[in-house]
Amino acid sequence: MRITQGTFSFLPDLSDQQIRRQISYAVERGWAISVEHTDDPHPRNVYWEMWGHPLFDLRDVGEAMRQVQTCRAAHGSHYVKVNAFDSTRGWETVRLSFLVQRPPVEPGFDLSRDEGEGRQVRYALRTRTR
Amino acid sequence: MATAKNGNPSVVPLPTADRYRSGVIPYKAMGYWQPDYLPPETDVLAVFRITPQEGVDPEEAAAAVAGESSTATWTVVWTDRLTACDAYRAKAYRLDPVPGTGPGSSMPQQYFAYIAYDLALFEEGSIANLTASIIGNVFGFKPLRALRLEDMRIPVAYVKTFQGPPTGIVVERERLDKFGRPLLGATVKPKLGLSGKNYGRVVYEGLRGGLDFMKDDENINSQPFMHWRDRFLFATEAVNRAQAATGEIKGHYLNVTAATMEDIYERAELAKELGSCIVMIDLVIGYTAIQSMAKWARKHDMILHLHRAGHSTYTRQKNHGVAFRVISKWMRLAGVDHIHAGTVVGKLEGDPLVTAGVYDTLREPATKQDLRHGLFFDQDWAGLRKVMPVASGGIHAGQMHQLLTYLGEDVVLQFGGGTIGHPKGVQAGATANRVALEAMVLARNEGRDIWNEGPRILADAAETCSPLRDALEVWKDVAFDYASTDTVDFVATPSAA
Repeated sequence: MRITQGTFSFLPDLSDQQIRRQISYAVERGWAISVEHTDDPHPRNVYWEMWGHPLFDLRDVGEAMRQVQTCRAAHGSHYVKVNAFDSTRGWETVRLSFLVQRPPVEPGFDLSRDEGEGRQVRYALRTRTR
Repeated sequence: MATAKNGNPSVVPLPTADRYRSGVIPYKAMGYWQPDYLPPETDVLAVFRITPQEGVDPEEAAAAVAGESSTATWTVVWTDRLTACDAYRAKAYRLDPVPGTGPGSSMPQQYFAYIAYDLALFEEGSIANLTASIIGNVFGFKPLRALRLEDMRIPVAYVKTFQGPPTGIVVERERLDKFGRPLLGATVKPKLGLSGKNYGRVVYEGLRGGLDFMKDDENINSQPFMHWRDRFLFATEAVNRAQAATGEIKGHYLNVTAATMEDIYERAELAKELGSCIVMIDLVIGYTAIQSMAKWARKHDMILHLHRAGHSTYTRQKNHGVAFRVISKWMRLAGVDHIHAGTVVGKLEGDPLVTAGVYDTLREPATKQDLRHGLFFDQDWAGLRKVMPVASGGIHAGQMHQLLTYLGEDVVLQFGGGTIGHPKGVQAGATANRVALEAMVLARNEGRDIWNEGPRILADAAETCSPLRDALEVWKDVAFDYASTDTVDFVATPSAA
C-alpha cells in the first residue's frame, strides 16, 4: 500500500528539484527545516526520529538538501519527511510537512476488531512488520 | 465625526430634576445620546445599521437603540436613582449616514449608529447574556423600520472570560498530523433517507479516496430511516477502515444535535467511546447549548464542528438582522473549532470582501478596522484559539485555484456533490479533489501565479490522474454568478474614528 501522509502524497513522488522549491518557500518565510525518518508510519506515531536539529536561521537551501540526502543514504528503507516549523507567536507549529522518501515496499497496516457490548467494536491499527 | 450635533440642543442634557420627572421624554434626553463620549478600552462596542421610521430623528433613533439594549424602558422610572445609572446606560456616541442610501438612492436613509456598553452590564463568559442585551428587545422597536447589528468590539477584558475554541487550528492540525494545505471534507448525500449501512459506505469511500473528513448534514439526527446509534457505529467502521487503508488520521463529523441537552450529551458520549476525533452541532441548538458542548469538547479532546444552520434567516438581508461577522465573533468566544463561513465561489451567499472579513475574524490573533471588509473596529483576541472556517456548498475541483486564493490554507474545503456526484464514484471524486488541491498548493509554493495559471495547473495534474480529468470535464461550466445580497457599504476615505 501507499500511505498518504504529508502535504503532497497524492502527487507523484517529488523530484529533488521540487523538494528544493518547497524548502525555498519555507525558508523564505523564516520557517526552520527539519528532517525526520521512521520505519513505523503508524498515524499515531507522532515522534519520528530526528535527523539532527531543526535548521534554524537557515539561508542556504543546499544545506537542507544535504540533510535530506544524508538521511536517505543512511536509512534507505525508512520513510523520510521534511518539516517546516514556524515559531511565530500564535503558530509555533509545523506549517508544511511532506514525504521525501518511501521504503521500497510499504507494508501497510492491520486492523483488528474486538467485539463488545451493544454492537460496539474496539478497533486497533497495527503497523505490519516486514 | 460625520454627524453634526443637529438634534434639538434643548433636549440634551436635562437638569436632574427634569430628567427624572414622571412621564415620557426622548431617549436622547435620558442620556443615551452622548456624541462626546470616548469609550474606554473596556467597553463593549456595537455598530448598528438603523433605518428610522419616516420623521424619526436619527439621533433619537440611535439613542433609543442604546436605551432599549441597556437600561431604558419607554417611560421615566424613579428607581433609576437607586443605581449608578449613568454608568449602566449604553451611550450612542457616533452616527454616520450609510453611503448609497437616502435621497437620490432607491433606499430609505440608513445610519451606522455606534453604541458603547459598560463592561459591568455583562455576565462573564455568557453569550446568552451578551446577546440578551445587545439583540434582546431592540429589534422589534416600533420607531425603527429596520435594524441590523453590523459589528462588535469585544474588549480584551471580556474576551478573557470565555473559553474559546476547545481545540483550535494549531492543535487540530497537530492531532490530525495534517499541515500546509486546506483540509478536505464532504457531506454525505443524499442528506436524508440512507440506511446506516449505506451511509457508512459513502463515508468509507470518501475517506478512502483522499478526504480528511466526512460529514453528517445539519438535519441528520435520528430519523426513522436511520437512528443515531446505527449511524455512529457504521461511520466508525468506515473511519477505521479508511485509516488502515491510508495510514492517515480520518474523521467523520457525527452530528449530536438533538431535542434536549441530555440527548446531546448521550450521543456525544457514544462518539467519544467509539474514538471519534470530532463531533458536530447545529447553530439552531442555541448559544447556551453550544457553550456547554464547547466545555464538553475541551474536556474530552474533541474537535467541535458547528454547522450554521438557520443563520441566513437573520444574516443575509442587509437592512435587518445580525451580520454573520458578529455571529462569527460570538462563536469564537463561545468556543467552536469549525464553522461554516462561506465559499465566495459556491452556491451560497458570500461576497468576497465580506467573506474575507469573516475569515480574518475567525483565524487572526487580532484584526484592524477595515471598512472594506466590514470590520468596523480593531479586535484583539488576546490569545483565544483560532476557528477553522469551513467552505461548503456548490464547490468543485475546477475552482481549486480560486478557493485557495480567496480562502487560504487554514480552511476545510467541503465538496459534497463535488465528491459524491463524480461520474466514476465517490472514491474517484475524493481523489480528484485531493489531487487538485495538492497540485495547487505545490504550484503556489513554487511561486506560480495560480489565479491565472490555475486551469493549466489542474489540466497538468489531470494528465496523471484520470479522476481529476473526469471531474474537470463534468463540472467545467458550473459557476454560481449571482449578485451578493450582503455586501459592505463604505466610503473610500472614512471619517476619523
